[in-house]
Amino acid sequence: MQYNVLEYLERTVKRFPEKTAYANDRESITFREVYQQARAVGTFLSRKGIYKQPVVVFMDKHPRAVVAFFGVVYGGNYYVPMEEEMPRFRIELILKNLEPRAVICDQVSKKVMDTFHFGGEGFLYDEMVRESIDDEALENIRDTAIDTDPIYIIYTSGSTGVPKGVAACHRSVIDYIENLTDVLGVDENTVFGNQTPFYFDASLKELYSTIKAGATTYIIPKSLFMFPVKLVEFLNQYKINTVCWVVPALTMISAFGTFDSIKPEYLHTIAFGSEVFPVKQFNIWRKALPDARFINLYGPTEATGMSCYYKVDREFQEGEVLPIGRPFRNTDIILLDQNGSIPPKGELGEICIRGTSLTLGYYKDFERTAEVFVQNPLNKAYPELIYRTGDLGRYNERGELVFVTRKDHQVKHMGHRVELGEIEVNVNMIEGVKSACCVYDEDTKKIVLFYVGDVSARQVADDLRKRLPRYMLPNSIEELETMPLTFNGKINRKLLKEQINAGKKEK
Amino acid sequence: METLLQILKDLHPDVDFETCDTLVDSGILDSFDIITLIAEISSEFDVNIPAEEIMPDNFNSAEALYALIKRLSDED
Repeated sequence: MQYNVLEYLERTVKRFPEKTAYANDRESITFREVYQQARAVGTFLSRKGIYKQPVVVFMDKHPRAVVAFFGVVYGGNYYVPMEEEMPRFRIELILKNLEPRAVICDQVSKKVMDTFHFGGEGFLYDEMVRESIDDEALENIRDTAIDTDPIYIIYTSGSTGVPKGVAACHRSVIDYIENLTDVLGVDENTVFGNQTPFYFDASLKELYSTIKAGATTYIIPKSLFMFPVKLVEFLNQYKINTVCWVVPALTMISAFGTFDSIKPEYLHTIAFGSEVFPVKQFNIWRKALPDARFINLYGPTEATGMSCYYKVDREFQEGEVLPIGRPFRNTDIILLDQNGSIPPKGELGEICIRGTSLTLGYYKDFERTAEVFVQNPLNKAYPELIYRTGDLGRYNERGELVFVTRKDHQVKHMGHRVELGEIEVNVNMIEGVKSACCVYDEDTKKIVLFYVGDVSARQVADDLRKRLPRYMLPNSIEELETMPLTFNGKINRKLLKEQINAGKKEK
Repeated sequence: METLLQILKDLHPDVDFETCDTLVDSGILDSFDIITLIAEISSEFDVNIPAEEIMPDNFNSAEALYALIKRLSDED
């Protein structure tokens, strides 16, 4: 039985030592190099006495960053992926939550990290990998590790304005990767093209499937996701045959008619998630690649990665919705109504997840953890946690699970999970703002911010840029004289939504 | 050109679009911007930019982008 995610790497390095594990458009790194360098990083941390600690990996998206992740785990610690593109304010919030003793940097990011005040020390990756490996120390760390020890923390949007750090352990990642690779059919011939940032759980798919199966992952330069033809050229140049992308990355290709001039030649497995794939765009993909397998994935960060899958096995017409299908093996989905009971067949319920794939919860935040990791209300006999996703779903007449909507103000925007409340909290922190409300316009996929205050929309936009990640910035900002309220004195979101729709009709 | 400059200004108020010719190369425009731009250009100028024209050279400066819009609308 496997207890540690690094056993994947240790098995694969024996089978394919000289094979490329991770690469970008300029550099590549073999399994042997990943193994050796990760052990050097682990030894370095161990000699510094850093053990069972969160270690921030603040590096550019590069094969080296992946090695740093595994190095952190070799040292018996858990990694926290962060990138320079995150706004300063958010980095500060995360550092405050973590209080890390160590941050691993590259040459460029080190200068940025040095401008932050936190209790720990920044180390250069290039120096860490030169450390002579201490096999005995690493073995001791391994011997005392257990599979419920955390291996990473990934931050996700929090409605109170403070991001939540989801901590996951070896056991849940192994459970996930075993079942994911099975569904995707990953083996040593798989060539992944990675799209998702390392600071999202979505990238676990490529990073861990690669060391498990001896596959290869190409990290696609972010800039290519602006230029669809160049992107497909990249897929062809590196013979990429498997992608697990967010839906907007796929629709960016199909919506601009890219397939009229170029098609992916090697792609045979297309998995997608993060939001519902519009059927019109989906059909363009399917027509372009009629022999490829298309797999819809669904799952929250709190249940490690993906919890459900649907292998597309029939035609879909516009107006129909791709189901999220069925849970992965060893994961159970329970639909619960407002009373904590199972709703009648075909009716709406909250999607709740049961199983090993549940993560450990939110780092240093027992209160918010307890709100959503709760006792299974159907089990009155012994303690059993389920995770309440806040997503509402139902079973269709074929018995497939379908995502319907959210029960709160969380939205999926450009492939990212965004709490509208988090934007509002940050707007309210701007001097001069009296009141703020964000509404998501489903038709145009835009975040619309309404506010009242003595400050210009331009200023609000400038200020938000410093506080929020790019994907959380409102697409349009409208100043109001007064905020419409409901009878209870709450902001009337429904009225604001109607206002947006009325505005569209005028045009 | 004025309309285009306004669209660009709305995306990045702090950038001098009249002189900057490395909008893509220096990472000012990202994928969100490109998608927004293409949609705005489609509605403001009634020009659809085909995939093979969505290339860095055409988006590196306001001038290049305007030339593309003109070329595409002349072709219609």
